[in-house]
Amino acid sequence: MPTNDRASWYDEQAGPLVRLYALTRGRARPSPVLLDLLSLVTADNDPARDPMLSPEQAAVLTLCRIRPRSVADLAADLDLPLGVTRVILTDLLEYGHIRVTRPVRPTALPDERLLQEVIDGLRAL
Amino acid sequence: MDSARSDFVALKILVAGGFGVGKTTLVGAVSEIRPLRTEEAMTTAGVGVDRTEGVEAKSTTTVAMDFGRISLREDLALYLFGTPGQDRFWFLWDELAQGALGAIVLADTRRLADCFPAVDYFERRGVPFLVALNQFEDSRRFEPGAVAAALDLDTGTPVVGCDARDRQSVKEVLIALVAHAGRRHAELARAGA
Repeated sequence: MPTNDRASWYDEQAGPLVRLYALTRGRARPSPVLLDLLSLVTADNDPARDPMLSPEQAAVLTLCRIRPRSVADLAADLDLPLGVTRVILTDLLEYGHIRVTRPVRPTALPDERLLQEVIDGLRAL
Repeated sequence: MDSARSDFVALKILVAGGFGVGKTTLVGAVSEIRPLRTEEAMTTAGVGVDRTEGVEAKSTTTVAMDFGRISLREDLALYLFGTPGQDRFWFLWDELAQGALGAIVLADTRRLADCFPAVDYFERRGVPFLVALNQFEDSRRFEPGAVAAALDLDTGTPVVGCDARDRQSVKEVLIALVAHAGRRHAELARAGA
């Protein structure tokens, strides 16, 4: 029941033009590598022109070469759901194109000095 | 400058509360807000809520969360995640709550009960949180103590007033939360030692 009057040949209810499973070669779940929302992804070299890479994989490498980016940032940057982003990252990790650093856990962090730095940083915003 | 600690530190803060209480507004007041999507299998609880007519084959639904980043330094950032308001997305909270520094429970005093589930969740999970009362123009001003009693908050859980549209006000809420979370994490560390 498309109620919008935009005369387009597909609409939002039809879903994305490229089905998400096409981006992940049919897989719905990433392999069990832990990719926390705040895990940091780093790309060291520039394999972004590798013709074997999908456009999404190349986009990740381009984004992460400037500076490390979190998984959540990448999903938002690529405008892809988290699950799909994780599958793409898992592949890149297996190919050795990226490194992933786990986030610091606050439980390992009753570091008063760091939290004071956060408070000072917020005040200065 | 601290050359000994070169690791990037990203701290996660959750923003929870009832539907329409101003979570998106609050995240947007202090950070550039972006939608973060997850594709989730639709649970039976969603049937009859989501419109599924004509798309019977659809078995997943897209859940959008508000997502904002505050870069404090080159190597230090706060990430804000607005949790989806509907109860049927509780399962998403577990991932969000894991490793969180703390949470803001945003409340509207006209509909205080809407934030009960969030308060209950964070108390059970031991996530440090505070309650921020979003001051709507037509809402009565409540004494923080009265709100703490009405919500049956654990002693020491702060209740603060705020204007979710106002950057300065939201900054104050974040500062209060970080200070509170620091105390709570220190208590937990002492208790565990």
